[in-house]
Amino acid sequence: MTPERLARGHELVARYPRPQSALVPFLQYCQEQDGYVTLQAMRDAAELVGITPGEVESIASFYTLLFKAPAGKHIVQVCRTLSCMLRGAEDLQAYIKRRLGIGHLETSADGQYYYEEVECLAACDRAPCLQHNLEYHYDVTPASFDKLLDSWQASAPAPAMPAE
Amino acid sequence: MATFEPVIMKGIGESDLADIDVYERGGGFSVLRKVMSDMTPDAVAAVVTESNLRGRGGAGFPTGRKWSFLPKDGRPRYLVCNCDEAEPGTFKDRMLLEKTPLQLIEGLVISAYAMGAKQAYIYIRGEFLEGSRIFRRALAAAQSRNYLGDRILGSDFSLDLVVHRGAGAYICGEETAQLESIEGRRGEPRLKPPFPAVAGLYGMPTVVNNVETLCYVKHIIERGAQWFAKIGPEKSPGPKIMSVSGHVRQPGNYEIPLGIPARELIDEYAGGLLPGRKLKAFQPGGASSAALFEEDLDVGIDFDSLAAKRTMLGSGGFVVMDDTACMVNCARTLTRFFEHESCGQCTPCREGGQWVARMVARLEAGEGSQEDLRVLNVINNTITGTNLCPLGDSIMPFLSSVLKRFPDEFAAHVAHGACPIKDVTAVVA
Ligand SMILES: Cc1cc2nc3c(=O)[nH]c(=O)nc-3n(C[C@H](O)[C@H](O)[C@H](O)COP(=O)(O)O)c2cc1C
Ligand code: SF4
Ligand code: FES
Repeated sequence: MTPERLARGHELVARYPRPQSALVPFLQYCQEQDGYVTLQAMRDAAELVGITPGEVESIASFYTLLFKAPAGKHIVQVCRTLSCMLRGAEDLQAYIKRRLGIGHLETSADGQYYYEEVECLAACDRAPCLQHNLEYHYDVTPASFDKLLDSWQASAPAPAMPAE
Repeated sequence: MATFEPVIMKGIGESDLADIDVYERGGGFSVLRKVMSDMTPDAVAAVVTESNLRGRGGAGFPTGRKWSFLPKDGRPRYLVCNCDEAEPGTFKDRMLLEKTPLQLIEGLVISAYAMGAKQAYIYIRGEFLEGSRIFRRALAAAQSRNYLGDRILGSDFSLDLVVHRGAGAYICGEETAQLESIEGRRGEPRLKPPFPAVAGLYGMPTVVNNVETLCYVKHIIERGAQWFAKIGPEKSPGPKIMSVSGHVRQPGNYEIPLGIPARELIDEYAGGLLPGRKLKAFQPGGASSAALFEEDLDVGIDFDSLAAKRTMLGSGGFVVMDDTACMVNCARTLTRFFEHESCGQCTPCREGGQWVARMVARLEAGEGSQEDLRVLNVINNTITGTNLCPLGDSIMPFLSSVLKRFPDEFAAHVAHGACPIKDVTAVVA
């Protein structure tokens, strides 16, 4: 484990009465740096909290915001639950998939974009909505999505999945 | 227009209540000051019990009673604030977290004091990155003014609050799954008993309370138990935030006195239906609640009136569907939700949820059969009531209610091999 990672790991462990509570926060921290939860991160986490790498993998696989493979620099998660569907989410999803040229749970060939249809984002009053790298965008239309896409392409890359 | 004076939503949208100076100027932390200087923990708990406050997280359990279950045996005890809000149709806790985090902190500290917890956790849904950042800033500001931390406001009471971010899993909103998740495991619900009050986080006595519940505690202490108890029905009193979405003119969060008719919530608060549309169905309490219909519009929005109609208030996610909505499409969306979110421990929830979701998807695609319809009509008894946690029992209520009310719509999908309602999910202008 790099000294930096170890130091952060110790900081997280110190927040809790038991080390294992720091497991997911530590994986979130690693994911922020690496873009996904790498094998090395799982080994480091196992060492940090004192369980086996297999156990870490089983736990990590439970959580949908921990990516087990490189997903993309831009993670686009569009809501597919009832209130958004009632306000046109299906048409929006079809449009976005066409624009990005990828389907549900897919990454674009250049590794830039990852698309996923997710469950209710607790923004049902501003439907349809989506998150881009965990940032909310509301009342999304095809036209407003085009503008978002332009701004993402122009912006400097930030961590796709910030830890805190 | 609605006339109820907001309580925990007061000031939202008018000033930046996440700024500690603004919050203090509006009287913020004065209730905590009063509690720390003049009230014993038992006195605080007694007021909450007398108010009849019922938990706003979904189950509606009386808050004072829940606190009273903590054994007085000297072991450390924990307060966990549940901010995992993921019940489809509900978006109030995220608003409270982002817009008025200091009110939540004040309510949380008062509650921890009442139950004698020196350590608290807030479990914030992983998707709420912005909210968790706002909350952390508010927490640091509150700590710097000694509203949290060591010997709060010169008293003997100390409290540490740790922010724990979720990582994507609806089931972690269920309290025992949440405790598993904080302990660093898969968020799989525990078998109860023991209840968290006896053996909760790290095996210690624990109370899990919802964000909205803790916000109300502050106001109950400020204005008195009777003020709260006299709003709305006797057994289901107080104000409550309803998250209204779907086919209404003004979707949004509305703080209502419990007990008002559903009609009033739709027409007076949410601006009514969209022009030219007719009501078809509404879900009063999130994805887990059975639908109600036009003939039910006079039902009171409160725990007991909705339970009497075989549905529930739940967390207050109120979703309105008008005559452009296809009930098969709505049911497909929600059954897919439960299929996706089952943690997999119980066979009826895991396997049954999958079968039901597939059957409804088939029906929607026009590939369903009479046999599918027959099975959907009887499968309720096999799936409901046979699981470890309430998620498994949430798969069927909406589907069963719309299947019973609109059997022809389901049958038409089989007969025509397509949806009879042309504009399935019309984009609203
Ligand atoms: C599947 C499931 C999901 C839940 N999700 C939440 C949630 O997101 N937020 C919440 O406060 N309670 C949720 N609950 C209810 C909690 O288990 C618990 O009853 C509640 O947090 C207690 O707080 P209260 O007494 O203040 O209402 C959920 C329950 C179940 C069964
Ligand atoms: S009912 Fe479903 S979600 Fe709940 S414990 Fe069983 S399998 Fe998991
Ligand atoms: S249904 Fe899309 S945010 Fe709730």
